[in-house]
Amino acid sequence: MIPINYYIVLSAILFTIGVTGVLIRRNALIIFMSIELMLNASNLAIVAFSSAIKSFSGQIFVFFVIAVAAAEVAVGLALIVEIFKSKRSIDVDQLSSLKG
Amino acid sequence: MHLSESVNTGFLFLAPWLVFAPVVGLLINSIFGHKFSERMIGTVASLASGAAFVVSLLLAWSVSGSPEEALRWRLAEWIHIGNLNLDWTFRVDSLSTTMMLVVSGVGTLIHIYAIGYMHEDVRFKLDVGRFQRFFIFLNLFIAAMMILVSGDSYLMLFVGWEGVGLCSFLLIGFWYEMDTLARPSWANSNAAKKAFITNRVGDFGFLIAGFIMFYAFGSFQFDEVFAKVHEVPESVIIAITLFMLVGVAGKSAQLPLYVWLPDAMAGPTPVSALIHAATMVTAGVYLVTRSAPLYSSVHEAQEIVALVGALTALFAATIAVGQYDIKKVLAYSTISQLGFMVAAVGMGAYVAGMFHLITHAFFKALLFLSAGSVILGLERGHHHVAHAHHDKKHAKGKHALSKVEGKKEERGHGDSRAERSHSDSAGAAHGVEAFDPGDMRNMGGLRKTMPVTFWLYMIGTLALAGIFPFAGFWSKDEILLDASHHSQLVYWLLTVAAFFTAFYMGRQIWMVFFGEARHEASAHAEESKPIITVPLMVLAGLSLLGGALNLPFEGFHNLGHWLGHTLGEVESMPLNLQVAGISTVLALLAIFFSWLIYGRNPLKTGQVDPLKKPLGFLFTGMENKWFVDEIYQFIILTPYTKISYFLADVIDWKFWHDFVHETVIAGTYNWISNIALNDYADQKGIDAFANGLGVWTQNFSATLRKVQNGFVRSYALSVLLGVVFILGYLILK
Repeated sequence: MIPINYYIVLSAILFTIGVTGVLIRRNALIIFMSIELMLNASNLAIVAFSSAIKSFSGQIFVFFVIAVAAAEVAVGLALIVEIFKSKRSIDVDQLSSLKG
Repeated sequence: MHLSESVNTGFLFLAPWLVFAPVVGLLINSIFGHKFSERMIGTVASLASGAAFVVSLLLAWSVSGSPEEALRWRLAEWIHIGNLNLDWTFRVDSLSTTMMLVVSGVGTLIHIYAIGYMHEDVRFKLDVGRFQRFFIFLNLFIAAMMILVSGDSYLMLFVGWEGVGLCSFLLIGFWYEMDTLARPSWANSNAAKKAFITNRVGDFGFLIAGFIMFYAFGSFQFDEVFAKVHEVPESVIIAITLFMLVGVAGKSAQLPLYVWLPDAMAGPTPVSALIHAATMVTAGVYLVTRSAPLYSSVHEAQEIVALVGALTALFAATIAVGQYDIKKVLAYSTISQLGFMVAAVGMGAYVAGMFHLITHAFFKALLFLSAGSVILGLERGHHHVAHAHHDKKHAKGKHALSKVEGKKEERGHGDSRAERSHSDSAGAAHGVEAFDPGDMRNMGGLRKTMPVTFWLYMIGTLALAGIFPFAGFWSKDEILLDASHHSQLVYWLLTVAAFFTAFYMGRQIWMVFFGEARHEASAHAEESKPIITVPLMVLAGLSLLGGALNLPFEGFHNLGHWLGHTLGEVESMPLNLQVAGISTVLALLAIFFSWLIYGRNPLKTGQVDPLKKPLGFLFTGMENKWFVDEIYQFIILTPYTKISYFLADVIDWKFWHDFVHETVIAGTYNWISNIALNDYADQKGIDAFANGLGVWTQNFSATLRKVQNGFVRSYALSVLLGVVFILGYLILK
């Protein structure tokens, strides 16, 4: 059996990659993918803990998260398409009209 | 209080009706009077007054059973503060019932007379609506006078005292928007104000006396005060009695406060008879008599009272000689006779004073009411003449109508009243020339046209002049007799006054009733109706027989004995032929002189008074009331006005308003609000703080705004840093 620390470390690495992607990339699609990566990093951690404490509730929880994430993807992609339609770009740095 | 258990009190329970009967009368008349006919109004008022008279009779009968003791009837609780306990208590003793009988008896006769008199008066003055008001006031007066005489304490007496003063004011100013000749003017209302204000001066004295009394005795109740007379220092009692004398001088028109009474003749004649001759003005005499235990214990005060009375008697009698107005002569005569009464009670001759009060009420009411009859007779004659004159041009009815309408129209322009008062032509324009029906120079020869009034007037005159056997002879003689025992000065002052009294009354008789008519109005004068003359006949009978109340013979001192129950032992003196002889001879001599001057050669139209030449400036003085009004004007009113103007202009306006209020208070306030509060505290303190807060907030937010750079990634970095910080804190804590 693989010790839980491995899963945690993997999850943390994936999450950090996601965060880094969100912070440094300008392409909205990449950022979106990075967010998915962070989401799945946390899913992995939850499933790992769930299996470690012998409880299904974490797995059910993750199941829901994946379902919601799918809906979120649909909304997010629709937003990106709309942004692209108006700006002809999906560079997030272009989207600064709310600047104070 | 309730001594009714042991003593048989008879009709004592009726005592409150002394006051309530006239009050009921005036309420009925004020609520329903506008629907009543004049006869009905007069009947209600007279019945109300008559009811008070009946109650007085029953009370007198009740008290006659045991006259030594005052009966009391406690009606209501009035003031209970600390150890001051005052109730509205009716005191029924021989003194108060005497006053009640005089007030309600004479009052009822005058009510009846007034029905006839006011019927014509309101028509001559073109305001019929005031008939009702007159009887309401008259009933109010009876009620107030009854409170005065039936009060059981000085404070209750004072309530009535002020009440009659109010009624006097209301009735003097009854025709408030005209003068005595019915010309538009404020003369009558000024007379009313003069009476009221002069009486205020007197009331001030009464009030001070009351304050001292409460301080010294701790009570206002008559018996409680009198019981402690000997425990209180004499100087305090002198102060009380002398301050009370000021009140007496005000109400009973004595020197130096008598000036209001002649002016009070502006009221309708029944008022002059009832209030300003027979009843109200005797309140001062009653007050001194009621306070007999106080006055009797201090001889100094008594002497002053007697001297004031005697001086007034002589002083006013001399003025009466020089007057031309029939009512003014009687007014000064009243002052003079009140002087007799005050002198009498001042000398401790309370019975003589009260006796003269009663007989004077009879014959002076008679004289005044007869004078009213004379005045009405002349008014009728005048209107008769005026109508006859106009009938040549106009149909009579049409003219009368147009005249009334014209007058009404004139009344309608009430705004221009003051303006009208300055032009005497306003009346003349409507065919009413300024004819004075009260001026004796317009009279003459009325003996033939008004025979009934003439004989009634003769009886009143003889009674006033003190001719045997009329009532005035007995009462005046008793005063003179007492004076001859007490003080020669007072005696001779009064004797000379009696001489003048007979003289001016003789002068009046000759001028009014004898000789030839000096004005066409008096030539056409008409006799009054029975409703006017019958009450006069009753009064004439009383003036004739009133002396029987207290004949100076053994066994006949009825009034003396009667009052003695209240006033203590009263010495009753037998007739002194010397005193009576001197006064009678002087009176006859005076009448003879008056015949020599006025009767033998009757005054002609427009002729100056025959006394003017031989007496010169003396007569001018008498004619002008010794210039007392002018002296008062000079000594009191002018400086008073000047002081008032000074106080108003300089002290109030310049100092108080301009300096203290405007400059000091408002200036300081403005300075504080403008400079200190506005400039410093508000603008530089509060405003600066509020503005600074705003500016700082703006600057701070401008700084913070830079964080909002619009780059999503930088926001995400902030979130990350925040998460890292929070987690770091949670983990490392």
